[in-house]
Amino acid sequence: MIRMEHVSKAYTTGNPAVNDITLEINQGEFVFIIGNSGAGKTTLFKLLLKELEPTSGTITVAGQDLGAMKRREIPKFRRNIGCVFQDFRLLQDRNLYDNIAFAQYVIEENPRVIKRAVPAALASVGLAEKYKALPSELSGGEQQRVALARALVNKPQLLMADEPTGNLDPQNAWEIMKLLEKINEDGTTVLVVTHNREIVDAMKKRVIMLEEGKIVSDVSEGGYSHEA
Amino acid sequence: MKLSAFMYSVRQGLKNIWRNKIFSLASVATMICCIMMFGIFYAIVANMNHVVQEAEQGVAVVVYFDEGTTEEQVAAIGDQIRAKTDIVSEVEYVSAEEAWIEFVGDYFKDNPELASGFEQDNPLANSNHYSIYLNDVAKQDELVKEIEQMEGVQRVDSNQMVADVLSDFNAVLGYFSMGIVVLLLAVAVFLISNTVAVGISVRKNEISIMKLIGATDFFVRAPFVIEGVVIGLVGSLLPITILYFIYKQVVQFVEMRFGFLTGIISFLPAGQIFGVLLPVGLLIGIGIGFLGSFLTIRKHLRV
Ligand SMILES: Nc1ncnc2c1ncn2[C@@H]1O[C@H](COP(=O)(O)OP(=O)(O)OP(=O)(O)O)[C@@H](O)[C@H]1O
Ligand SMILES: [Mg+2]
Repeated sequence: MIRMEHVSKAYTTGNPAVNDITLEINQGEFVFIIGNSGAGKTTLFKLLLKELEPTSGTITVAGQDLGAMKRREIPKFRRNIGCVFQDFRLLQDRNLYDNIAFAQYVIEENPRVIKRAVPAALASVGLAEKYKALPSELSGGEQQRVALARALVNKPQLLMADEPTGNLDPQNAWEIMKLLEKINEDGTTVLVVTHNREIVDAMKKRVIMLEEGKIVSDVSEGGYSHEA
Repeated sequence: MKLSAFMYSVRQGLKNIWRNKIFSLASVATMICCIMMFGIFYAIVANMNHVVQEAEQGVAVVVYFDEGTTEEQVAAIGDQIRAKTDIVSEVEYVSAEEAWIEFVGDYFKDNPELASGFEQDNPLANSNHYSIYLNDVAKQDELVKEIEQMEGVQRVDSNQMVADVLSDFNAVLGYFSMGIVVLLLAVAVFLISNTVAVGISVRKNEISIMKLIGATDFFVRAPFVIEGVVIGLVGSLLPITILYFIYKQVVQFVEMRFGFLTGIISFLPAGQIFGVLLPVGLLIGIGIGFLGSFLTIRKHLRV
């Protein structure tokens, strides 16, 4: 699903944020990416989305070589990837239904498909009956579930979550993680950046740890404890 | 782009206008002013042109022939002149007899018996001529020079000054109105561009999410272009409609109150003015709306 070979990314100032990373993630995997603040986790995600161009190295995602990809091919490519962020990034001016329908309109989906897919996506995160509510009327955990539903409604092959539980209490964090695990069990490759030690330790998934832009460990049934 | 996606863009464009009421209103208002002034200007210029054209119709070039020129030669000259359809609108032959009758009518109106003495010996025997009416006085000079070269032509009379003044007036009026209209349109482009820029900055968050989800550039841009086009459409349709009724009222009023002017000025019918003004005004309005939003998107929406 993802292959990176000797990928580096240097912003104009300072040391490279991502430094000579080589890694492979297969279809259907669930991977935690951990590391201190500034280790390069978000930069890594942006490279995979082709929001940023690597300074050197090659990246292949979902069978496509990002370096060879033309600008106008980027939108189609991104439809393979769902994204979730720490700050939810919901549209505050519309209700849940419209927030999720938005994702489908954006990829020019057929309205008849949208009518069926949106309630199904909301149901899959347990918010079917709240479709009329505005994001501001929801708890943080509920908002993140909506964001998850929006990321999933277009049926991506790959889901990338950048600190999805960063703003949530432990119980809500767990709920989100369970949802991510379920999504993964249904066949979607899932990449999660997190600082949540307890969850990483408990879930026994592959853990990749970054430090100053380099991979310092990559363990198949790892935990945060490998840090030491 | 699919129809459903297009409809989505239209809805978003209209929502942009609504969310951004103050700026949209300002743009529409400016647009209305621009198109209104353009319309007023056009109505005035078109009517002026009409008056000038009517005056042009009255300007004639007169061609006299050498003594002893045969009727065939005269006819040949007439054919040559008529062939210049781009300059000449009408050629009228006046025979020596007709010239004499006209002369008598002008100068011996009160005592025609005085003129009867000349009947056997027409004093204007050589005054048969062509009166040529032009459809473009600006080209009179050129025409006169050409006719003077023709075989059998003795001299060509024309009133170059009247022709010059009329064509100069036409040109000045044209340039002046063009200048003002261009200025106004520049203001309109600027305002629409500002409105769209505000719309974009308000929706930065939404746009960045759209791009992450996989919206095409075209899809991201469409609502803003629609916003500009709708502003242009409303801003041009409204003033032209208003102007249509005002124009009718004004024409009616002037013709009632200043009836003595009707000999000098005749107004073009509203249908004729607005037959041009409506499509041109809409085209300008929509064009400006499109241009204003498109330029802004290119500047602020580097997707
Ligand atoms: N746009 C940018 N311009 C310059 N430097 C940047 C930019 N974005 C990130 N950096 C730098 O790159 C490095 C890696 O940043 P990145 O955001 O990838 O870290 P992170 O692992 O996601 O951290 P966090 O856990 O705090 O989110 C940092 O040193 C950061 O200062
Ligand atoms: Mg980060």
